[in-house]
Amino acid sequence: MDGEELTEQETQLYDRQIRVWGADAQRRLSKAHVLVCGIKGAVAEFCKNIVLAGIGSLTLVDNRLVTEEALSANFLLPPDEGVFAGKTVAELCCDSLKDFNPMVRVSVDRGELSSFDEEFLKTFDVIVVSCCSLAEKKSVNEKCRNLPKRISFYTVDCRDSCGEIFVDLQHYTYAKKKLEDTVECQLSYPSFEEAISVPWKAHPRRVSKLFYALRVIEKFEEAEGRNPGETTISDLPRVLKLKKELCESQSLNEAHIPNALLERLVTNSKEFPPVCAIIGGILGQEVIKAISGKGDPLKNFFYFDAVDGKGVIEDISSKP
Amino acid sequence: MASQQHLSTIKGAKVLMVGAGGIGCELLKTLALSGFQDIHIIDMDTIEVSNLNRQFLFRKSHVGQSKAKVARDAVLRFRPHVSITSYHANVKNQEFNVDFFKQFSVVLNGLDNLDARRHVNRLCLAAEIPLVESGTTGFLGQVTVHVKGKTECYECQPKPAPKTYPVCTITSTPSKFVHCIVWAKDLLFVKLFGDKNQENDLNVRSSDPASSSDHAEDVFELKKDETIEQYGRRVFDHVFGYNIEVALSNEDTWKNRNKPRPIYIRDILPEEPTNQNGNMDKICATDEQSLISAMTSIGMKNPQEIWSLMENSRIFTEAIVLFFTKRKKDVGNLSFDKDDQLAVEFVTAAANIRAASFGIPMHSLFESKGIAGNIVHAVATTNAIIAGLIVVEAIKVLQNDLNKYRMTYCLEHPSRKMLLMPVEPFEPNKSCYVCSETPLSLEINTSHAKLRDFVEKIVKAKLGMNFPLIMHGASLLYEVGDDLDEDMVANYAANLEKVLSELPSPVVSGTILSVEDLQQELSCSINIKHRDEFDEEKEPDGMVLSGWQQTTLEKGDSSKTSLGNGESTSKALPSTTDANKNDDADIVASGTKRKLEEASSGVDASSSANEANSLKKLEVLDDDNDLVVLDDDGDLVTNKKKRLQ
Ligand SMILES: [Zn+2]
Repeated sequence: MDGEELTEQETQLYDRQIRVWGADAQRRLSKAHVLVCGIKGAVAEFCKNIVLAGIGSLTLVDNRLVTEEALSANFLLPPDEGVFAGKTVAELCCDSLKDFNPMVRVSVDRGELSSFDEEFLKTFDVIVVSCCSLAEKKSVNEKCRNLPKRISFYTVDCRDSCGEIFVDLQHYTYAKKKLEDTVECQLSYPSFEEAISVPWKAHPRRVSKLFYALRVIEKFEEAEGRNPGETTISDLPRVLKLKKELCESQSLNEAHIPNALLERLVTNSKEFPPVCAIIGGILGQEVIKAISGKGDPLKNFFYFDAVDGKGVIEDISSKP
Repeated sequence: MASQQHLSTIKGAKVLMVGAGGIGCELLKTLALSGFQDIHIIDMDTIEVSNLNRQFLFRKSHVGQSKAKVARDAVLRFRPHVSITSYHANVKNQEFNVDFFKQFSVVLNGLDNLDARRHVNRLCLAAEIPLVESGTTGFLGQVTVHVKGKTECYECQPKPAPKTYPVCTITSTPSKFVHCIVWAKDLLFVKLFGDKNQENDLNVRSSDPASSSDHAEDVFELKKDETIEQYGRRVFDHVFGYNIEVALSNEDTWKNRNKPRPIYIRDILPEEPTNQNGNMDKICATDEQSLISAMTSIGMKNPQEIWSLMENSRIFTEAIVLFFTKRKKDVGNLSFDKDDQLAVEFVTAAANIRAASFGIPMHSLFESKGIAGNIVHAVATTNAIIAGLIVVEAIKVLQNDLNKYRMTYCLEHPSRKMLLMPVEPFEPNKSCYVCSETPLSLEINTSHAKLRDFVEKIVKAKLGMNFPLIMHGASLLYEVGDDLDEDMVANYAANLEKVLSELPSPVVSGTILSVEDLQQELSCSINIKHRDEFDEEKEPDGMVLSGWQQTTLEKGDSSKTSLGNGESTSKALPSTTDANKNDDADIVASGTKRKLEEASSGVDASSSANEANSLKKLEVLDDDNDLVVLDDDGDLVTNKKKRLQ
């Protein structure tokens, strides 16, 4: 506890959630600064969730102009062209989010993800990146890890009816309730690069098919110089070829990555709004946990596919 | 999933949403984004400040307005071409009859109470419209699918009944803080500020009933020659001092219990607190009810801190003074309301003083308010996740993808790596009185019980009917409706007061009564069996309905759940079982269902089983929110407390 009490206004507004996570966690939330880059459906859901929860500040980065694609799963964008004249996605989302909770500072940064330096990144406690390239994910993650301050780093992406969350909390200490007592727990996370570099045969048994399928597509997009999500059905033969090669080099049975799944992910890279709500909800919960230091955080991947309805946690870390 | 084929199914669907609250706001948004074009939404509630942390379609400026209407307007701002029809009304109104339901492709529930859920379930069964049902509390939630004849209905599994406490636990032997809260709220508060004529068990029975009742007769009346301060101190001494002494005199009670200690106000606040109230006029200059506060008057601010015995005593006496000076007109007809600040302050203080007397830990105003008002924990994220799952399920239902239907649990702690756990839906329960035609049987004393007892205790309370019609063969014994002529109304009123065996068409052992609710299109037969005697303790209704059951749950005990944020429920969820670690199985196999039952059966049911059999029951009042609990079968079910009369 840092002594400061919640105001009467905060206690009243946040009453129901303080009953879930306590006044202490609520105070920590109100002092946390969050950066999000790339605002599509899942991130829009996430932003809504943490703004409602009463985060200290939220900084938005997305310099795209509004397109029909941007509108599809994002309820933060007004559909009226008259309103978005010349404004970026981040600016429009900012206007909507401010309205959700006047006690949260929501702002826009017009920089580019790849050019953010450590000086800038260190002003945040949580960084969430979405719809960016593999290289950008790795680079931002590394910059965060080089800072003396611990930053919680997340990536989130949804395609077709599937979603993926990656979590890096570095060396993380948290409180966990065990019966009547609270015990202190510690976890060590690998970086994104370390996690995806773990040899596939060293993985735990029965890792989600989605983990492998998304690595294949990520590799494909990188090799072809595509933007994330920039694939069509015509890419399928080459994606399947890449899958075969990866499976061979990693000694993984090809059956672990069903062709039908790759076909879905390649064909329909658009987000499915119910999945955005689910993934954005899980991510919101995880970020709240990480800030409050309360409850088991997920380590280190989460997958959801509406086709089988399972929301699964996978721990993929190299053995120490 | 998001294919063209899905899209056309979605576009052609007409959807009814019931509830525009926590889940409802999220659901309406996700439906609109997913491409649904024709959405109808019913909600009778208006917006409150404590909704705003999660019901994101609402703003402070909307407080007091219809949830359904404001939600509609908000969604139209980002999806202007969706047709949304809002109804600011109770789903139980007669306008929402079976024909109304029949126009929809699917019904989606985001409700907060058992009554309305049962009602919608019955209408969906009658109209043969699939229902997707949901509920959340804290980080827990679930979504279930109910399709007539294909999967179980909402009522196939018995639903937990409101938690009740034996009267003697409340009046004489509290062992938990919640017992002190119930005492303060349902007994003391009502005695002082509510209807004086109401039956009230506040005064413990001493071994000498005559003397104690004499003493009790006038103790709660303000005497002509005393100030309100003196009155408050006298009440204090009576309930925390004298009554405890009386209870202590009954030595048998304390053989295996810790003895309480009597508390007298002179030991805590030695002087008459007149000078402390000198500033009362300044601070409580307002007459606006919401601003009248004993905490303000005494200069205390933080609702999270636990007050000392002295602070509690000051709040207690100050609250009495404020009620009798600033809110004189309310005194005599108040009932506890969690949004009434002064009432919450009084109940917190009274419960804490009683807790101190019985050696039970004291609680903050914030916690006490949660327990007294049965306030349910709620966060935006769980509602968003559940709403997403409802839409996923609704699309399967629209496509008639029967073998893909799932019930999905949202867990706080992963089970077999899963945070979202799909389970294959159960088949209809063949002995469910709602969706099957199983007759019920009722043991009752047909020469003592009146038709009124049958209507109140069975037809309304147990079967949950709103507009019942009761027939014996071809003769109508009773019905409720707007279109009855005066003669019939008089006739039914007369029947209500008659003993069953003396009705125009006598109801005796062997009679089969047919009971129907025309609005719910639910009918069932009840076989009557006469029985002379009933155990007052175990069968307090004086009648026993079988073929129908209700379990009790650990809900009123929110002292535990509100602090441990639902751990008591999540604990009971299935734990990792290697036997079922098979990733190829897309669903949790039936073996797991058994495990669910085993895992949870020992938790909720047992702890309240003893108390459930009590002679008289004190209700735990209700709040307006979503609650998920584990029922006997390990199902997460949603429930609302309702007043037991
Ligand atoms: Zn049923």
